[in-house]
Amino acid sequence: MHYSILSILTQALRGQQGWTPAWREAEPQRHYDVVIVGGGGHGLATAHYLAKEHGITRVAVLEKGYIGSGNVGRNTTIIRSNYLLPENTPFYEWSLKLWEGLERDLNYNAMVSQRGVLNLFHSDSQRDAFARRGNTMRLAGVDAELLDRDAVRALVPRLDFDNARFPIQGGLLQRRGGTARHDAVAWGFARAADKRGVDIIQNCEVTGIRTTEGRVTGVETTRGFIGAGKVGLACAGNSSRVAAMAGLRLPIESHVLQAFVSEAVKPLVKGVVTFGAGHFYVSQSDKGGLVFGGDIDGYNSYAQRGNLPTIEDVAESAMALMPGLGRLRLLRHWGGLMDMSMDGSPIIDRTPVQGLFLNAGWCYGGFKATPASGWCFAWTIAKDEPHPLNAAFRLDRFATGHVIDEKGAGAQPNLH
Amino acid sequence: MRIPCPFCGERGVSEFSYRGDATLQRPDAGSENALAAFVDYVHLRDNPAGRHREFWQHTGGCRAWLVVVRDVRTHAIEQVSAARGLSQTVDVQMVEV
Repeated sequence: MHYSILSILTQALRGQQGWTPAWREAEPQRHYDVVIVGGGGHGLATAHYLAKEHGITRVAVLEKGYIGSGNVGRNTTIIRSNYLLPENTPFYEWSLKLWEGLERDLNYNAMVSQRGVLNLFHSDSQRDAFARRGNTMRLAGVDAELLDRDAVRALVPRLDFDNARFPIQGGLLQRRGGTARHDAVAWGFARAADKRGVDIIQNCEVTGIRTTEGRVTGVETTRGFIGAGKVGLACAGNSSRVAAMAGLRLPIESHVLQAFVSEAVKPLVKGVVTFGAGHFYVSQSDKGGLVFGGDIDGYNSYAQRGNLPTIEDVAESAMALMPGLGRLRLLRHWGGLMDMSMDGSPIIDRTPVQGLFLNAGWCYGGFKATPASGWCFAWTIAKDEPHPLNAAFRLDRFATGHVIDEKGAGAQPNLH
Repeated sequence: MRIPCPFCGERGVSEFSYRGDATLQRPDAGSENALAAFVDYVHLRDNPAGRHREFWQHTGGCRAWLVVVRDVRTHAIEQVSAARGLSQTVDVQMVEV
């Protein structure tokens, strides 16, 4: 069913009885051209672009839980492309361009809202660093504006501008950044992929990867063996576990990241604001809840929940930036499993196993990358070679020395 | 999460700093395939979903390095011991420098 103003009016007259499920409940077939392991945002986007851009429609997406149960439903919904390194900037900018046309492409309201992403700075050296970042972005054709203190105040008045330790001196604004509705992104990609013939198979956990003479032939699942010409892994926090089924050890540790939503209030924060002196970022959802987060907990974890010290740390940053937040009650908080890579940058590449492809290492930046990640992964799978946009996201870059360390923290995943 | 330090008793996790996987074997720098072995040592991890043997340092207390065995699915701590003597000689020397 095509969604339009006409379909809404028609259904209104029919008492909303005619809506059909957004995607089929597919039964696994015996063989597919491509099997994608992981029905999160990246896996579903990959299936969509495989079908749309490369005409490969005999595709299955296998999800161990239900669509939207993983990180695509466990993030702070921010989209942006304010990256510094030449390997990252064009990729994330392509992602933002895809976000800008996503709703028309998917025929689905993903609530993409370009309300701006503002990174605050609090010292002269930080201003220099942000000016450099902004200039780098503009050289790559990305929008960036360096705002002074008054311009920040006009945009977001309710910050603690005269904080004794971290006075706000200004900020780097990307107006085209913003937020999107995370669940709708998963549902929209699932629906669009399904419409082109992709089978979306939920409650189907992969338990093994079958290979013959170094070439992948299919996957063992809780619903039986499924043959595949090619297999793409997009398993986020579980990447190491699934890749181990094919005998691979990855440059990845799984860590938990917590996020929070407050009770709903009237419009308070325009766009996304990040605190430059601590790790804290906040935006306001359309319902009015303040959505915010901070650091990962900092140690290996497969628990989709965190511990109190990080919550306290986030709350302290919140109070330093916006003291008014202290009057709000927390509505809910949750944790997601981050596939923290050794240099803080992702991997979209072939693997040493023929026909097996890897999409992993997104750290806590995976949501904004969803469309470009799927687009590039689909290209890599379809053509057996990376697209120039993801050519640097190599699995072997740790051996060759071509690491992409945006933060300069070295091979310590808990510091990225 | 609370970690029972063998020297200070049970303390909150915020007193401790995480120092990563404690099962890694530092390669012999003089061996033939030392470069490849060091790439693995520095970058590759088993990252298991279950029991994990890991280093913690009691930075907010006695500053001792500890080896903790923890279930990373539940944060249940099975065993804590001083790292000295348990890890390889090379690593212990590095700690003492």
